Amino acid sequence: MSTPTKPLIPLAVLPKNELGLTVRDYEGAMSTLCAGCGHDSVTAAITQMYFELSMPPHMIAKLSGIGCSSKTPTYFVRGAHGFNSAHGRMATIATGANAANRELSYIGISGDGDSLSIGIGHLSHLMRRNVNMVYVLENNGVYGLTKGQFSASADIGSRSKRGVSNVVAPIDPIMLGLSMGATFLARSFSGDKEQLIPLLKAAVAHKGMALIDVISPCVTFNDHEGSTKSYRFMREHEVKEIETDFVPWQQEISMPHHKDDAREIIMHDGSAVRFRSVPEGYDPRDRQKVEEYIRERHERGEIATGLLYVNEDSSDVHEMNNTPETALSKVPFSKLCPGSGALAKLQEDFR
Amino acid sequence: MTTTIPQPTASTSSDVRINNFALKLANVNGTGSASANSLLMQAIFRMGIPVSGKNLFPSNIQGLPTWYEIRVNKSGYTARAMDYDLMVAMNSQTYADDIKEVATGGYVLYDSSWPLDSYLLRDDVTFLGVPLAKMCLENFTSSRERVLMKNIAYAGALVALLDLDLEVIATLLTESYSRNEKLLASNQKALRLGYDYAMENFDCPLEFHVAPMDETSHSILIDGNTASALGCLYAGATVAGWYPITPATALMDNFTALCAKYRREPVDSAVPGAPDSIQNNYLILQAEDEIAAIGMVLGASWSGARAFTSTSGPGISLMGELLGLAYYTEIPAVIFDVQRTGPSTGMPTRTQQADILLCAYASHGDTKHILLFPANPHECFEFAVDSFDIAERFQTPVFVLSDLDIGMNDWVVPELTWDDDFVPDRGRVLNDEDLAGIAEFFRYTNEDADFVTPRTVPGSIEKGAYFIRGSGHDKFGKYTEVPAEYQEVVDRLKKKHAASAHSVPAPIEVRRPDAHVGIITLGSCDLAVREAIDDLAERGIVADYMRVRGFPFVDSVRQFVKDHEHCFVVEQNRDAQLRSLIAIETEIDINQMHPVLHYGGFPLSASQVVDAVTDTLEVTS
Repeated sequence: MSTPTKPLIPLAVLPKNELGLTVRDYEGAMSTLCAGCGHDSVTAAITQMYFELSMPPHMIAKLSGIGCSSKTPTYFVRGAHGFNSAHGRMATIATGANAANRELSYIGISGDGDSLSIGIGHLSHLMRRNVNMVYVLENNGVYGLTKGQFSASADIGSRSKRGVSNVVAPIDPIMLGLSMGATFLARSFSGDKEQLIPLLKAAVAHKGMALIDVISPCVTFNDHEGSTKSYRFMREHEVKEIETDFVPWQQEISMPHHKDDAREIIMHDGSAVRFRSVPEGYDPRDRQKVEEYIRERHERGEIATGLLYVNEDSSDVHEMNNTPETALSKVPFSKLCPGSGALAKLQEDFR
Repeated sequence: MTTTIPQPTASTSSDVRINNFALKLANVNGTGSASANSLLMQAIFRMGIPVSGKNLFPSNIQGLPTWYEIRVNKSGYTARAMDYDLMVAMNSQTYADDIKEVATGGYVLYDSSWPLDSYLLRDDVTFLGVPLAKMCLENFTSSRERVLMKNIAYAGALVALLDLDLEVIATLLTESYSRNEKLLASNQKALRLGYDYAMENFDCPLEFHVAPMDETSHSILIDGNTASALGCLYAGATVAGWYPITPATALMDNFTALCAKYRREPVDSAVPGAPDSIQNNYLILQAEDEIAAIGMVLGASWSGARAFTSTSGPGISLMGELLGLAYYTEIPAVIFDVQRTGPSTGMPTRTQQADILLCAYASHGDTKHILLFPANPHECFEFAVDSFDIAERFQTPVFVLSDLDIGMNDWVVPELTWDDDFVPDRGRVLNDEDLAGIAEFFRYTNEDADFVTPRTVPGSIEKGAYFIRGSGHDKFGKYTEVPAEYQEVVDRLKKKHAASAHSVPAPIEVRRPDAHVGIITLGSCDLAVREAIDDLAERGIVADYMRVRGFPFVDSVRQFVKDHEHCFVVEQNRDAQLRSLIAIETEIDINQMHPVLHYGGFPLSASQVVDAVTDTLEVTS
């Protein structure tokens, strides 16, 4: 079975971005996921996001592990370089790729099984190293490809399709990120493109590892009554903590003046994330308060979404290691090999 | 690259015991004996005499028995000796066993500050008591120095007993402690105490001792881990992912130190007046585990950097899954496996060659990898450079299988050389210009004579973009579950692996007229086997020699087995892994090869090979 190709017949004249590309140029192969899968909405948001950012497709590197979520990189930006790796190991491959070539825009797509069970160690260390990439965790609380086992993000009491209640405590990637020193933590809902697209743009602009935990219901195995990751549950329990808007630096001047109660965080590339806090005084730069707030919300059975935490002052893996500003893979061999003279000289120490 | 193998040279001395003996030093680890022991070995090297030093140490930081063996051999036979002419017995816990190991007519040097129990005494060896603790107590005030200086004091006694050049020793001490005058003075004093005591109380030198030669002037004293790291530096590796593990840790420590010295580039500041900065043309990532380490290597290699990892057996086990990914998706990778004793945790500070089959077929499914087998630090350097070329040419993982003996012991090897015209072979990589010249790019089409297909690296123009996947794929790189499409790709991989046989270092073969015995070996068995072949010749057994240096095997390996009525395969593992690999891959009858196996964890010695060969021939004749 090969992946079906998406028909490329334009139905109307599509708008073009700064590169003269249409949104169709940012699409990929036809999705083979179940009809109504939350992941397809995330794919659509990512497609739209790159289109709106006018990102040259070949400058994107998209990576994934194994699972339903990890299939999705084939479904967006066909002109990007892609790597579908092994279960739970995407973070390690992305770290190496970024180490070799920091000039690309990296996006990793993972799921709750991939990220919070088999790959939790790698995810944790990716955050510690602050590798400059977008990390989308398509979170549905369930193992889809193996037909419905609970994942590590399933809430206690959540019922599986077979009627079993989960009794093991869930892992919240946002709380994990706060303790691992992550520098950008956001949560969204696959059904809410309005919120997701600006968050994705901010994640691309962020210099460092940007995690977006996207609650993305599994229509086949986890969208029933009793599930806490269903469309219905999310619509009833989501609390948009922060309304987020992303302003690329090129357009800043033409943007309407923001409302009085909005705050602005300037990203390292000059773009801005504007957010309006629903609760008074919510400051996504105050780690301790963010942690308290999310915990409080969680205890009330509510899921806080938006840009929950950001730290624009920290160094990414390249800054920590003082590497060149261009790709390490482009450093010419003449600069890498010290030559015969140096070899002869250094061997004086081996006499 | 051409390889120079250290060759034993003919004896020039009439006295067989001059420059021909072995000593063993029994110490307690963590007491500072290592610097005294290597001082002795280095002094002998500087006197121009072939020598080896083997550290037989415990997996422990302080308090357990540790030994250091020095073999001096004017003919260049410096494999581990098992007959010791002199034992320096500094560890009361192991006195009994250590004293038993001395050859008849040999000597035991011990600390006579306390009497030796009479049950330890032997009539056939001479006991040389030096009151080391007592003299250090009298001459040094700090408790630390009183312990440390005992080592230098026994070294001083050995300088007298073995006729080492005092000036050479003095120079070495000055070099070692040039930054610490007080410590230098203490060392010089302690050395003198031991030296004077021996001169006054013993008949110096002993009948076996050293005499200056000129056999090491074009040699260096280097361990394999340092040499491998140098190879990676010279090959142009920029990214490394690793996880600490004995005995491979020093490889990355050395690479880090070398990068800090040779890869830091001053950059002029773009802003006038601002200070210039330094940029590091390397990125070494200490990973969370070996899985991450190999993942980083694959990511970096996929992106066009030369990347490697260094590990030992347990690390290879963990890397298994991603090694299969690299094989199937055709990503270059260089993996140094400094082998230690398995299985499981095994004996981390002991040597073995027991990862041969693990590495040859690492990962689930049908996988086969390229292996290189260096025999000494000189080859570690050369093979390290080769490994990156081979990995990129064949777009696949390449394993450099060193071991603890090579990696962590200092070896006398020919100087390393470098050709400044060297151009790395980056393999078939299409750049944007190449892509512009072709109609369409598909990852696994357009194979060359070696069954290698061109790749692109991320960042190349859209025409070169593709989706690399460890799942079933056809030659276009597209997902497939169709049997014929799947098989077409894995069949090419098999042919590609076979084609690499001519690119790995060729076997070293030494044939002799009238030989009816053949001995195949690999890696650090080399010196012991070559010495054994000379010993066997003296007993009338003429043997041909073959050392395989890479896998897959060239046809001469099969031919060598076929050519000999009796073919032995000498290796350091229990299960005769090289023998199995030869049988599997050349389809030769495994029973045509007699296994000679040594796997207790200490380096191989010639006598073990001689005994095994002669025993087998007696039984079969």
